[in-house]
Amino acid sequence: MAKNKLNIDYTIYETNLTKKFVNRKIYAPVNPKLVRAFIPGVIKTIYVKKDQKVKQGEKMFILEAMKMQNIVYSHLEGKIKNIVIEPEQRVAKNELLIEFE
Amino acid sequence: MSLRKKIMDFFTRKSTASTGGGDKAIQKQVSMGKLTARQRLEVLLDPNSFHEYDLFVKHKCKDFNMDKKTLNADGVVTGTGTIEGHPVCVFAQDFTVAGGSLGLMHARKITKIMDHAIKMGMPLIGINDSGGARIQEGVNSLAGYGEIFYRNTLASGVIPQISIVLGPCAGGAVYSPALTDFVFVVDNISKMFITGPEVIKTVLGEDISMEDLGGAKVQMEISGNAHFFAESEIECFQQVRNLFTFIPWSNRKKADSFPSKPPKAKFDIERIIPAEANKPYDIRDIIKALVDDSDFLEVQDSWAANIVIGFARINGDTVGIIGNQPLVLAGVLDVDSSDKVARFIRFCDSFNIPLLTLVDIPGYLPGVDQEHSGVIRHGAKILYAYSEASVPKLTVILRKAYGGGYIAMCSRHLGADFVFAWPTAEIAVMGPEGAANIIFRKEIMEADDPDAMRKEKVAEYTEKFANPYVAASNGHVDAVIDPNETREAIIHSLKVAAQKKEPRPYKKHGVPPN
Repeated sequence: MAKNKLNIDYTIYETNLTKKFVNRKIYAPVNPKLVRAFIPGVIKTIYVKKDQKVKQGEKMFILEAMKMQNIVYSHLEGKIKNIVIEPEQRVAKNELLIEFE
Repeated sequence: MSLRKKIMDFFTRKSTASTGGGDKAIQKQVSMGKLTARQRLEVLLDPNSFHEYDLFVKHKCKDFNMDKKTLNADGVVTGTGTIEGHPVCVFAQDFTVAGGSLGLMHARKITKIMDHAIKMGMPLIGINDSGGARIQEGVNSLAGYGEIFYRNTLASGVIPQISIVLGPCAGGAVYSPALTDFVFVVDNISKMFITGPEVIKTVLGEDISMEDLGGAKVQMEISGNAHFFAESEIECFQQVRNLFTFIPWSNRKKADSFPSKPPKAKFDIERIIPAEANKPYDIRDIIKALVDDSDFLEVQDSWAANIVIGFARINGDTVGIIGNQPLVLAGVLDVDSSDKVARFIRFCDSFNIPLLTLVDIPGYLPGVDQEHSGVIRHGAKILYAYSEASVPKLTVILRKAYGGGYIAMCSRHLGADFVFAWPTAEIAVMGPEGAANIIFRKEIMEADDPDAMRKEKVAEYTEKFANPYVAASNGHVDAVIDPNETREAIIHSLKVAAQKKEPRPYKKHGVPPN
């Protein structure tokens, strides 16, 4: 009848799991050095280059989504290790765009 | 023209207007496994009971050469009919006429029948089969949708509103079903989404079929947007008619009473429930052991299956039943099951259906994803809905009732009118293992054999607190009962509660968590 086990407050229950529970996203802390897309869209202008030192609040690129040109600013001061995007590239939500050193 | 001629002329007009989008479009509809709008109403309603309104309504659009186009009945069939002899208002969008697209007059036909339903206090059943807004009519088409949503909201809690999605129902249009009480879907026919596969492809580059995006199975199992699933349209209409035997015709009435029937003998409570609190069983078997003829109409049976909701009759009268399901995720409460239950409680409360809650809950589901999905505000909906409900509220605690789960599952403290517990009930702040680990942490850590000490302390706690008698000694439980007496106790309680009145402080409306 029940194929799995689930621990609730140290008691092990015999039960079945749902697909949603099995496929739930396992939490990983946010790495501040990785800039990811906050919304799906298309990359327009990129203002920064690889190995460039940027200040906090500096313009990095434009991510166009839902007909809106979103300007993305740097949230930290640091050196850009890698830029994995190109202008006109379509990106999914949470896709890696820029990596800081 | 003679009288006879005028009558003949009328028949010609009527039959022309009733042909929908013509033979070719109808053939296409049939080839997709779909019935036409008028056939659907014939199957749904009692034979020959349908009376059509507004057959001769015409659209007023002049742009894009629309003034040269005749759209029969403007793409929607509206009227009144009966189900089991009771009158209902209905509309059925006709996909064969301009893809069932919604223009202003199409919408006005729908809002007219909605106003009728509200005024006369009878249910509204809508059959959705439409490509969406009639683009040629521009903002007038949007006005039409808005006028429908407005009435859906006014009618909510006043008359039952049923949506049957039998075709595409996309974009803004799909908010109408979402505002109604129950959504019926049919495999391979229903398609519901806000943004379709084409937009998703253009914006995101993701390829997905209509079926995988918003088909019947998706709405039943993943999104929780639909409440009832059928393999065919005919089966779906039977489901709708069956639902109407359980619910009242408006908030001023009670559901019909039927002759009382005993549950089927094969559902034997003592054989269904394992004594150990961590072993599962199917709560639906317990429900079937308690209700008339073991006839239980489950709602949303494949979404958030860790809680079971549905309608049944006890002693001939409808009750709304809510039960934790130990068979799935140990019967915990989580984001989805909270949403599922809260809405069901509010439906029952709006329509004078007493609530029976069967409790066997280990607590809330732990996890980062749950916390980040807002289990606090979702879980709070259950507390709100149970506390707000003023229909008779009966609670039976079968086994575990731990912590916040105990409070949430219609405890005395949220206004339950009757709380029964079986001798197997464990009403406690948490399960024995967890509690012993906290209370006796020091003893366990300092023992020569911590595992043996833990076992001893768990046994001690179980003996002292894992029972119904502590709660009963405080009056939180009215009676500890033999499980075999449960049905009788429920029948008696429903009789006692038949005239229940519970005045509440004046308010316009509350602000429920969502």
